[in-house]
Amino acid sequence: MKKRHLTAPAALLLLAALVAGCASVTKLGTQLGQGAGAITEEQATSINRSAEALEKTFADITPEQEYYIGRAVAATILQTYPAADEPAANAYLNELGQALAMASDRPQTFGGYHFLLLDSEEVNAFAAPGGLVLVTRGLVRCCESEDALAAVLAHEIGHVQGKHGLRAIKKSRLTSALAILSVEAARNLGDEDLKQLTADFEGSIMDVTQTLVNSGYARGLEKEADEAALAILGRVGYDPRALVTMLVKMGERVKPGGTGFGKTHPSPQDRIGALPPSLMDKRAMADPAARRARFERAVGDV
Amino acid sequence: MRTMRRGLLVAAVLVLGVAAWAAVQQMSVQVRAGQLRATPSHLGKVAASVAYGDRLTVVQKQGAWYSVKDARGRTGWIHESALTTKRVVLKAGDADVAAGAGGDEIALAGKGFNEQVEGEYKAQNAEADYAWVDRMETFVVTPEQAVAFLAAGEVAAKGGAQ
Repeated sequence: MKKRHLTAPAALLLLAALVAGCASVTKLGTQLGQGAGAITEEQATSINRSAEALEKTFADITPEQEYYIGRAVAATILQTYPAADEPAANAYLNELGQALAMASDRPQTFGGYHFLLLDSEEVNAFAAPGGLVLVTRGLVRCCESEDALAAVLAHEIGHVQGKHGLRAIKKSRLTSALAILSVEAARNLGDEDLKQLTADFEGSIMDVTQTLVNSGYARGLEKEADEAALAILGRVGYDPRALVTMLVKMGERVKPGGTGFGKTHPSPQDRIGALPPSLMDKRAMADPAARRARFERAVGDV
Repeated sequence: MRTMRRGLLVAAVLVLGVAAWAAVQQMSVQVRAGQLRATPSHLGKVAASVAYGDRLTVVQKQGAWYSVKDARGRTGWIHESALTTKRVVLKAGDADVAAGAGGDEIALAGKGFNEQVEGEYKAQNAEADYAWVDRMETFVVTPEQAVAFLAAGEVAAKGGAQ
C-alpha cells in the first residue's frame, strides 16, 4: 500500500518537471520515483509518454526543418503568384530587408532572410517560414517612400520572427512527424516511415499556404507583426509613422473582403486603430535625397 | 529506507543542478552560418562564422547576445536565435544517440523534413516553383553591405544599437 504513494518531495519534483514541460527532467523524475518504489513502471511510462505528447508543438520544429517547410511554401505560392524577374528591384528589396532583419529579435534563421518581388497587381505579401518573404507589385505601390516599404518588409519579418506560419500547422501532423523522427534517431527510415513523413510534410505545407493565401492569421498575430515592425523600424532608424502612411494608402487600394490583404488581413483602418496614438503625429517625415533617389530608381515604376 | 530515499533525492537534486549548469555553459549552432560579432549588437562587426552543429562555450550573456568561445578558441558575440541548448547531432548512429540521449537533449541534423522529403514533395508537386526559390536564396546581402546600405541612405538609429 505504501508503495503506491509518491513521497512528497518526489511528487513535487515530478509536478515541477511536468509543469516545466521538460521530458528529460520528467524521465529523471520518474526514474527516481521508480527507484524509490513510489510509482510502478507502467505509471512511469505513462507519465513520460504524456509529457512527450504535450511537447509536440510548432516550437519543436528545428530551424533546419522550418527551412524546408519555408522552401516548399514559397515554391507553392510561386506557382500562383509568379516571380518578377527584376534585378534592380529585387536587389533593393534584399538590401533593405536584410538591414531590417538584422535588427529583429530573430536575426538568424537556418537559411537566412531572402526577399522577392511578385508579378501581381494584387496588394499582398507572404512570409514563408524561415525568412523567404514575397511581396507583390501591388503592395510595393502602396509605399510612397523607402520608410513605408521598410514598414511592409518589417511586418513580414515580424511574422517570420514569431513563427506565425508554423503555428498554422495542425498539431496531429507534428505529433506524427516528430514521432517518426524519434524512431529515426535509432535507425534509418523505412519506406513506410518516409511515406508517412512526406504526407505529414505535404499536409503541413497545405496548412501554412492555405493560411497565408486564403484564411489569414488571427487578428492578434497581425497586431504582433505590426508591433514587431514598429520595434524594428525604431531600432534601424526608419520613421515608424511610415507604417501609418502606408496603411492609409493601402486603405485606398484595398477593398474589404476583396482579394489579397483585403481577404486575409484586418482592414488598414482597423490596423491603424490598434497602433499607438503617438504615431498619428502629422509632422513631415525626413526623406534625405539619397534615400529618395534610390527608392525611385529601384521601385519607382514597379 | 527513509534515509535511502532522502539520499536518492539529494543525489537527484545534485544531478539536476549539474545538468542545468552544463546546459547553460554549452550551446550548439542551429543555423547554417552563425555570425560571431565583435560587439553584442546587430551593428557589431562580424569577426568569424560558425557552422551548423558547432559546440560553443558560453562565457556570458547580455540581453539577446551570448559571448562565446568555439572549439578553435575563437571568441565573439552571437545572437540567441542562432543557438540551441540541444546538442545538434550531424549523423544518426552518433555516439550521443547510441548512448541513449533522448530526443529532447539532441537535435538530429538532416533528419525529419529534409532534402529527401523535399525530393518526394517535388516529385508529387511538379508545378511548385523551386527554381525561383533556389534563385532567391542566392540573393545574399552581407551584414557589412546592409550597414553600408543604411549609411548611404542616411538611416541612423536614434537610440543605442540593439
